Amino acid sequence: MTKVTMTVNGKSVSAETEGRTLLSSYLREGLGLTGTHIGCDTSQCGACVVHIDGVAVKSCSVFAQDVAGSKVTTIEGMANADGSLGVIQQAFQDHHGLQCGFCTPGMVMSSAALLANNPKPTEADVRHGLEGNICRCTGYHNIVKAVMAASGQDVAAVAAE
Amino acid sequence: MAKDFGIGAEAKRTEDIRYLTGAGNYTHDVNVHGQAYAVFVRSNMAHARIKSVGAAAAEGMPGVLAVFTGEDFKDVGGNPAGWFIGSRDGSPMKEPKRPVLAHGKVRHVGDAYAAVIAQTYMEAKDAAQAVADASEFEELPAIIDMAQALADSSNRVHDEIADNQCFDWGWIEDNRAKVDAAIKAAPHVTTLELVNNRLIPNAMEPRASIGEFNPGTGDYKLTTTSQNPHLTRLLVAAFVLGIPENKLQVVAPDVGGGFGSKIYHYGEEALVLAAAKKLKKPVKWVAERSESFLSDAHGRDHVTKIELACEKDGTFIAFRTETMANVGAYLSNFSTVTPTFLHGTLMAGPYKVPNVYVNVKTVFTNTAPVDAYRGAGRPEATYSLERVVDQMCRELGLDPFEVRRKNFITTDMFPYTTPAGLAYDVGNYHATLDKAMELADVAGFEARRKAAAAKGKLRGLGLSTWIEACGIAPSNLVGILGARVGLYDAATVRVNPTGNVSVMVGAHSHGQSHETVFAQIISDMFGIPMSSVDIVHGDTAKIPFGMGSYGSRSLAVCGQAMANAADKVIAKGKKIAAHMLEATEAEIVFSDGVFAVSGTNRSKTFGEIAFSAYVPHNYPLATLEPGLEETAFYDPANFTYPAGTYLCEVEVDAETGKVDVCNFTCADDFGNVINPMVVRGQVHGGVVQGIGQALLEHGVYDENGQLLSGSYMDYTMPRADDVPFVTVDHSCITPCSHNKLGVKGCGEAGAIGSPPAVVNAVLDALNRGGHKIAHIDMPLTPSRVWSAMNA
Repeated sequence: MTKVTMTVNGKSVSAETEGRTLLSSYLREGLGLTGTHIGCDTSQCGACVVHIDGVAVKSCSVFAQDVAGSKVTTIEGMANADGSLGVIQQAFQDHHGLQCGFCTPGMVMSSAALLANNPKPTEADVRHGLEGNICRCTGYHNIVKAVMAASGQDVAAVAAE
Repeated sequence: MAKDFGIGAEAKRTEDIRYLTGAGNYTHDVNVHGQAYAVFVRSNMAHARIKSVGAAAAEGMPGVLAVFTGEDFKDVGGNPAGWFIGSRDGSPMKEPKRPVLAHGKVRHVGDAYAAVIAQTYMEAKDAAQAVADASEFEELPAIIDMAQALADSSNRVHDEIADNQCFDWGWIEDNRAKVDAAIKAAPHVTTLELVNNRLIPNAMEPRASIGEFNPGTGDYKLTTTSQNPHLTRLLVAAFVLGIPENKLQVVAPDVGGGFGSKIYHYGEEALVLAAAKKLKKPVKWVAERSESFLSDAHGRDHVTKIELACEKDGTFIAFRTETMANVGAYLSNFSTVTPTFLHGTLMAGPYKVPNVYVNVKTVFTNTAPVDAYRGAGRPEATYSLERVVDQMCRELGLDPFEVRRKNFITTDMFPYTTPAGLAYDVGNYHATLDKAMELADVAGFEARRKAAAAKGKLRGLGLSTWIEACGIAPSNLVGILGARVGLYDAATVRVNPTGNVSVMVGAHSHGQSHETVFAQIISDMFGIPMSSVDIVHGDTAKIPFGMGSYGSRSLAVCGQAMANAADKVIAKGKKIAAHMLEATEAEIVFSDGVFAVSGTNRSKTFGEIAFSAYVPHNYPLATLEPGLEETAFYDPANFTYPAGTYLCEVEVDAETGKVDVCNFTCADDFGNVINPMVVRGQVHGGVVQGIGQALLEHGVYDENGQLLSGSYMDYTMPRADDVPFVTVDHSCITPCSHNKLGVKGCGEAGAIGSPPAVVNAVLDALNRGGHKIAHIDMPLTPSRVWSAMNA
């Protein structure tokens, strides 16, 4: 067991881990941040996406000790300072971009990275940008709308009801 | 405060806040002090006799607390089938025992034959591998192909079942000769042989269970990923482990999607409870995705021959269906009703066809159990019908829109009893067809087709007119058909002393938005803000009873139970108001949250009545009981019958066979709609699951019974860039006639109506492009489409 220290959602944290502990397990079991979900444990579904030093990464695909010292942001760090929903979170609620909620943390984190790189994405940009995140509930319709709305675009003009 | 979001409002979802902030509470997120971890040892062979289980190999390994094998459970009960289905010859269905852990034989890849409990997950996993390595089997030939399974009694999934057949069911057997004669005499008969491809549900949250046992009280607690905690309690307690129901609490907290796969009780749930008792420790198990692929109940997997007999003008005379339905290695809880009453009874569709007969043979194979998956039998029925109708139109050169119009049951014919035995109460199938054609701009299709042709694409338009029987109930009817449970639902409406409301409902929400939609109904009925209403679900210790959520039944059955309980609260409130206002009960009127004496300005608010109910100073106790809480059980008079028209436009790449879905349009009749935003969302998701079935998804076993599609690398889930926006309209409304809310249910519609629309569109594109192709089996991958084009 090794003590692994990193900054998560702006706070310095540490937990004892085995060398084989994945970042997803470190966050969930070590830190109790269970908002990061494990949907496939093979880096296919995207439910566990977090940001490592600003880059969206499937947290089941990296060992915790390999990102020691990094700045990690999880879904728990996405709300505004006053606790209200952040812009992307709010857009997901406004546009019914989630149903069971299980893929949602990864979707929000991937969407945030997408918008950071491409502030005014087209529908095709959003669909391509989120193809690493599987949702079984929404058919993606309202997720795409939410991401475009979060970028300030008029989604009524691009998406059917 | 007045009501804010009542019936019909696009209220934003209250459950979203916790899901969007990482504060959801799924079973995997629950940790109980002192918990140990279970890892299951699963067969890597499809069919084998167990010679020895290497449990000893785990003994002494770090952290190992216990190893369980099939031997430990051989004297407890099996996990039963929920419906009894008889064969045409009067013989009962074959019901082999489904044990907690495989005993004697393993019957599919993924069949669990041992479980290791250890202090940590990793220790359990390491020890499980050691048990697997030390176990010995005599491998037997795998039984995979259904026709071969029926024909070859020398190789048996269950040694006592000679022909691997569960039952041979006829519906309706009295119609058989009449249908045979009608088909023989018909001017035209179209025949199609179809495969309804095996699907793997893939709720994004893998199954998980935590068992707890309190030696001091003898109480058990099961926290589990379930769509219906009360049914799970009944099955685990009464059928499998023999625990008194009052000693078992089942909690299904936030559940990350179900789609049918979490209706059922699975052996893992019984194992963690038994292990918790033995070890006096909580025991937690969380499936890996590969376990989900191997051991969740799969869906569909029918091989069907359907014949449509008609006049030369397309007037239907008869439908005859022969289906082999795969039930896999064991009977999952709804596996016997799904291919029969949820399939055969829908084989008249929305049509006034005079003759229908359906024969279904269910077959045991060395594959994962197959059970209800979003739509459950009704997608299979709709697919067969809508495919054969389209092919008939092509053979006779008829317009598929006009043929459907000609054969639809008309609005003056309701209530309408079909030859497949259902009594449709209301509907307007012409209206949804017209609406879909308008929204999809069918008139402009030819121009779009020409534009596509100019860039080398074959464009096609596909149509599906679907109907389903939802709100799975009523008990007296399903009892006659063979259900071993009742199918009502229940709710308690508890008005707290300060006037806010807790509602305990038997339905379970795992994406369906009950916490919002059900609260809208209460808000509307009581005239109070939605924020004053909490919907409580998923805990047998909190809610009165319930049959859970599946079959698009939550609103139409449980929602109505809740509305009935709310009506009782209002009636009680009137009694209290009459006392407080010194009037008679008959003089009290209630609206917008105010109880008033009719024709006066004397009134009490809902909150005042609630407070008085719990502070009953001066109550006439002989005639007025304190408290304001009511429970209702609601058992409907009939199924509900949502219906609609789906139109799909595709472009097929003439060079590669790749299909792009360009437009998808839905016009649905769900009866009254409580929250349009939620309804559209349900349809979006269902349609994309149906597009997945039509184009991408396929659960494939090889001849040795190895699951070739056992990961997301091999099983193609629809992703964001595979699908278009989906247009959904629900403005055609014929309210359900037998529930007061007038609602029908919308959860499965998308997955029922969409696969034939997609396949019909592809075949339309290919045939318009000069390829005379009658049928291609799903999924319509580029390889299959290209091969059909180049055959």
